[in-house]
Amino acid sequence: MKVALFATCLVDTIVPQVARATATLLQRLGHEVVVPPTQACCGQMHVNTGYRREAVPIVANHVRAFTAAEAVVAPSGSCVASIHHQQAAVARRAGESALADEAEALAARTYELSQFLVDVLGVVDVGAYYPHRVTYHPTCHSLRLLRVGDRPLRLLRAVRGLDLVELPGAESCCGFGGTFAVKNADTSTAMLTDKMADVLSTHAEVCTAGDSSCLMHIGGGLSRLRSGTRTVHLAEILASTEENVSPTQTTAPAVPA
Amino acid sequence: MTTSADPTPLAPGAPRSGTTFLGLPTAPRGVGHLRGTQSFPDAARTSLRDGQLRANLGRATTTIRGKRAAVVAEVPHWEQLRQAGKALKAATMARLDEHLEELERQVTARGGTVHWARDAAEANRIVTELVRATGSDEVVKVKSMATQEIGLNEALEAAGIEAVETDLAELIVQLGEDSPSHILVPAIHKNRSEIREIFRRTIPGVDPGLTDEPRQLAMAARTHLRERFLRARVAVSGANFAVAETGTLAVVESEGNGRMCLTLPQTLVTVMGIEKVVPRWEDLGVFLQLLPRSSTGERMNPYTSLWAGVTPGDGPQDFHLVLLDNGRTAVLADEVGREALHCIRCSACLNVCPVYERAGGHAYGSVYPGPIGAVLSPQLTGVEDNASLPYASSLCGACYDVCPVAIDIPSILVHLRAEHVEAQPRPTAEAVAFRGLSRVMSNPRLWHLAQRAAGLGRFLARGRPTLPAALPPPASAWTRTRDLPTPPGRSFVQQWTEEHRR
Repeated sequence: MKVALFATCLVDTIVPQVARATATLLQRLGHEVVVPPTQACCGQMHVNTGYRREAVPIVANHVRAFTAAEAVVAPSGSCVASIHHQQAAVARRAGESALADEAEALAARTYELSQFLVDVLGVVDVGAYYPHRVTYHPTCHSLRLLRVGDRPLRLLRAVRGLDLVELPGAESCCGFGGTFAVKNADTSTAMLTDKMADVLSTHAEVCTAGDSSCLMHIGGGLSRLRSGTRTVHLAEILASTEENVSPTQTTAPAVPA
Repeated sequence: MTTSADPTPLAPGAPRSGTTFLGLPTAPRGVGHLRGTQSFPDAARTSLRDGQLRANLGRATTTIRGKRAAVVAEVPHWEQLRQAGKALKAATMARLDEHLEELERQVTARGGTVHWARDAAEANRIVTELVRATGSDEVVKVKSMATQEIGLNEALEAAGIEAVETDLAELIVQLGEDSPSHILVPAIHKNRSEIREIFRRTIPGVDPGLTDEPRQLAMAARTHLRERFLRARVAVSGANFAVAETGTLAVVESEGNGRMCLTLPQTLVTVMGIEKVVPRWEDLGVFLQLLPRSSTGERMNPYTSLWAGVTPGDGPQDFHLVLLDNGRTAVLADEVGREALHCIRCSACLNVCPVYERAGGHAYGSVYPGPIGAVLSPQLTGVEDNASLPYASSLCGACYDVCPVAIDIPSILVHLRAEHVEAQPRPTAEAVAFRGLSRVMSNPRLWHLAQRAAGLGRFLARGRPTLPAALPPPASAWTRTRDLPTPPGRSFVQQWTEEHRR
């Protein structure tokens, strides 16, 4: 299958290794990966901060970049949720009905990574090897907007060498929430503090999730604590093999130098 | 008390519907409790420092979340019931005027009197005059969000009338000269020993050896209230529902103190938001299943009181119903935001909200805290008067999942953020930044240049894996507590494109 990869603006700019891992994984599973070079952002940050008019040209760029794709995959539940729930709506509200129709059609063939692997490709064991103690945080948009359910857990359970430990209070928000993390920095930090305590209580080496944004927040906090627990995107774990274990690839470093 | 009874259609913060200005009046300033004195982030900063408050809230919300989840799971058709509740509310709001007129006819036919109040000031004036006409200088009250919203107790006090709250938690808040911080459990932020201190300090003749054992505390309140019930000639209540076709009012409660108020006094005045009407008697069947399970985590609430008009020789002989707008028709005019009027005040969204759990109810500055308050308060007052509330959410969506009438609170929050942004007369620094970013993110060439510029952060990092913590605002709001990874030199898309050239 020919798969177009939407890296998402945050992954592409800050943690490119997550997009690289997604491409490596899909190729290993026998699929052709294309990366449309004109892609930028889904527009979620603009919509969620109140700039829905300013989001329209971003949506238009996104739709243009992926219009030829037969299937689009992104390593982010949150961006895929925005593509599904917001893009067509903001375009329609702005009177751009042709764009709205195109966005709707594109959303129908856009998938979050775990959904694509399990539902479209029908694989649970992706042949990964990752010899670490791992806990999984189900990010809010994956959990409640996309309803990815236990797909990521099924994928993780099939990873050889991986010791999966349950995260207490898993379904509580980590406190990221896009611009919320800055506009309400104190409340965001209070939520993060509780999330970090839950993560540390598992004694996991790695906290994983399907969203680099939440991981950047949790990992940024853990790094400040010098806790030794790292955050690693689900795609990086699934891309790891015995030949190519990537335990050091993290969305935020464990110990600042 | 200052009043501005008749806000002009040009009042700042007047609501918009899309781009059409409808000029419907919002809740007036200077009266009632819908506006805080601080923004949410500022108020939250204070409450987040209160370790006792956070412990009390965390414990209480965790307990009630568990109870709700257990009793909701017992109902096999919960989702259908929820959709039925949503559909009934939507249908009612579509013909709200007709249902209210029918309610007025039925209440009147059964010997009650209906008053229409445009806003808080008018409602307070009506109730004060009704109480004065009885010659009484004291009223007993059933817990009511509407009367808190309009600041009725303060209005009565200014007229020399003492209002006594009879709901236990509401009484605790009143005696402590505090304000409620939760829709259902107004004293959720207080623990037992704090309550004992309040009782010992404020209840005349209370046993000085009072312990913080729940039974002892309840008995002290009971003794204190019983005397008030027996002597009261006037009661003020809210209403959970009003059935248009029969003119029946409904109050549901747990303690029975409400029923004392509703049955013993000579005169009963009920203040009700206009959105509380339901068209038919049978509609109650849906809501009386949804409400207690979502609210107190009970299968059925202990006391359901229903009354219609007056019955000679039984119960209050003089009944008044005050129908309160106070910004509700303005909410109704917004096609996205109007769903907030479907709220049946169960408080399930407060109990699951991670923001409410940390910041507490007072941070919202309104009698309606939590997720529903973050969408309802700014709409009732006009978004400019509560501009920080739509942002007081991480959009985690837990509120939508538990709402018994499926109000899409996250979508309304996002909609109100846009209403706020679009109402700015001049572009803010943030708007300038977001507009610039929009131009960049919709133009691949500019976007790649910007990504390269982000890579320049490597200079700041000087070889370290994280950026320095001392960054200028707004980045400092992040780096005060969290490290930021040093961005790579080149983006993934740029690397990949170079590798796959030709």
